[in-house]
Amino acid sequence: MIQYILKRLTMLLPTLFGVVTLVFFMIALAPGDPARVMLGERASKEKLEKLRADLGLDKPLAQQYTLYLKRVVHLDFGKSIKSGQPVMNEVKERFPATVELAICAMIFASVLGIWIGVISATKKNTWIDYTSMVGALVGVSMPVFWLALVMIMIFSVHLNLFPTGGRINIRYYFSPESNFYLIDTFKYLFQGHPEYFLSALHHLILPSIALGTIPLAIIARTTRSSMLEVLKQDYMKTVRSAGIKEKRVIYRYALRNALLPVITVIGLQFGLLLAGAILTETIFAWPGIGKWIYQAIEARDYPAVQGGIIIISTTFVLINLVVDLLYSVINPKIRLQ
Amino acid sequence: MNENIGVPELEESPLKEHWHSLRQNKTAMAGLIIIVLFLLVGIFSPVLAPMDPLEQHIELRKSAPFTNGYILGTDDLGRDLLSRLIYGARISMIIGVISVSISLFFGVIIGMISAYYGGIVDKIIMRLIDMMLAFPYILLTIVIVAVLGPSLTNAMIAIGISQIPSYARVVRASVLAEKENDYVLAERALGASDRELMFGSILPNCLAPISVQATLGVGTAILDSAALSFLGLGAQPPTPEWGLMIASSKEFITSAWWIVTFPGIATLLAVLGFNLLGDGLRDILDPRLRD
Repeated sequence: MIQYILKRLTMLLPTLFGVVTLVFFMIALAPGDPARVMLGERASKEKLEKLRADLGLDKPLAQQYTLYLKRVVHLDFGKSIKSGQPVMNEVKERFPATVELAICAMIFASVLGIWIGVISATKKNTWIDYTSMVGALVGVSMPVFWLALVMIMIFSVHLNLFPTGGRINIRYYFSPESNFYLIDTFKYLFQGHPEYFLSALHHLILPSIALGTIPLAIIARTTRSSMLEVLKQDYMKTVRSAGIKEKRVIYRYALRNALLPVITVIGLQFGLLLAGAILTETIFAWPGIGKWIYQAIEARDYPAVQGGIIIISTTFVLINLVVDLLYSVINPKIRLQ
Repeated sequence: MNENIGVPELEESPLKEHWHSLRQNKTAMAGLIIIVLFLLVGIFSPVLAPMDPLEQHIELRKSAPFTNGYILGTDDLGRDLLSRLIYGARISMIIGVISVSISLFFGVIIGMISAYYGGIVDKIIMRLIDMMLAFPYILLTIVIVAVLGPSLTNAMIAIGISQIPSYARVVRASVLAEKENDYVLAERALGASDRELMFGSILPNCLAPISVQATLGVGTAILDSAALSFLGLGAQPPTPEWGLMIASSKEFITSAWWIVTFPGIATLLAVLGFNLLGDGLRDILDPRLRD
């Protein structure tokens, strides 16, 4: 097993090196001059040249690249042009918001998705099954940003049930520590201010549903087909013939065996959500990494874009690796190949 | 090719057989009908649209559906929403087909070469593909557009490029399985060149999984281009593109629900059509899934 992990980790290095290289050259060769973006159209020539020298943009590309590689190895992604803050700090500050949203979205998607998948499989070819599966197909076909707007229109604007955006009621002042608001506000629950936690939770609901819709549909479909596969197996007959109650048969025996591919899908989807939250975060004014990188792209804040993409992609690759490794722990067949 | 195999007479051609099972498959047929409808709307948009999609009637702006002679109402600039949706169908269909063609073209060549030659070539190509797959797909698309500059054409190119790895993988997997067959050996012994073998003999037998991927891919491309336009990175105003229409409706969610609602439904239906057909095709073409 350790050998397998080491093998996978060494395979990871060239991939990450490639990611850094690709991102560097893609951004470096992009049209537009970062120095001019920073200083504006009317900046004097001297000022421009000085800034270029400061940013290292006056050096040949190959030299810029080796310098960048050296810095990246030390996890130094330079400073954001827009804010002047180190890119790493900016990312650290915003990542928790995205992770919190992605976890909530995944909980929503997994619980509901697995449940729908099980019901569909056990009631195969009934109207319940058809409705759920058509529903799941509608889910994967959904323009998520549109769903988000429609939900805001119905639930926030017309029914006034949910806030239209943000992470917490702005009137509630508190100093975040971990930047996971549910964790940060948790202690206030017992200090006579339950409204902090409740407000954070309240703000999470609509964005989680919007972000979780596509994973929900995918999980439901995967669970269904995996359940159908398991229910066909001979050992299910054995279990049933032992006189075990049907509900227990389904959830205790069948579902447990059917969950393998579902767990993989959940892991992969979670990795995608961390990056794919760009639209949801933009619409719900959610101060996470997706909104941040989108703004960096718009402002042509190159160090931020480069660093941000490298960090997000690395996280994505690592999550996928963990999913793969977990899978091989549960299913030893993979390891032997 | 049939002469080579020497089968005297096929009772039913594979294409006919597939068409037959397609007609039996409700999902696929529903998808096909939706797609054909959207294609027809796209092709005949100038005939079908009651008005010019760009013509503004400021005095009639934000007319509700079925008022002032507008079936679906007007947008914030007094343009006929229905006409804009109809022209939008044309744009979305073109986007879908072009982006998928880009991914297909490169994906097939890359996947084919990788699987056919194997060895070091395969290793290098697969490494590069892993690298591309290390980027979360939507991020890759956005960055490519940002580098190329925001426009509808660049959005199509970006979507096409970032989908290449998944096509290359599908093609590689099916070529790997196919190239071991006896007919490949036989044709090679008869002196067929690599190119003839790759694209003349093997590729036609790998079309099933590729066509499933491509059908689903058109839906994804439509969805992604709408998302890019929504972010201001795709189609630019006043193009009647669905994603852009949704984006410009953001400010009116309090006052004019129809401007938000209809472009989204149009996108949803079009994408659903391709997903239904793709799903159905997979059931038909993948014998393992047949009950």
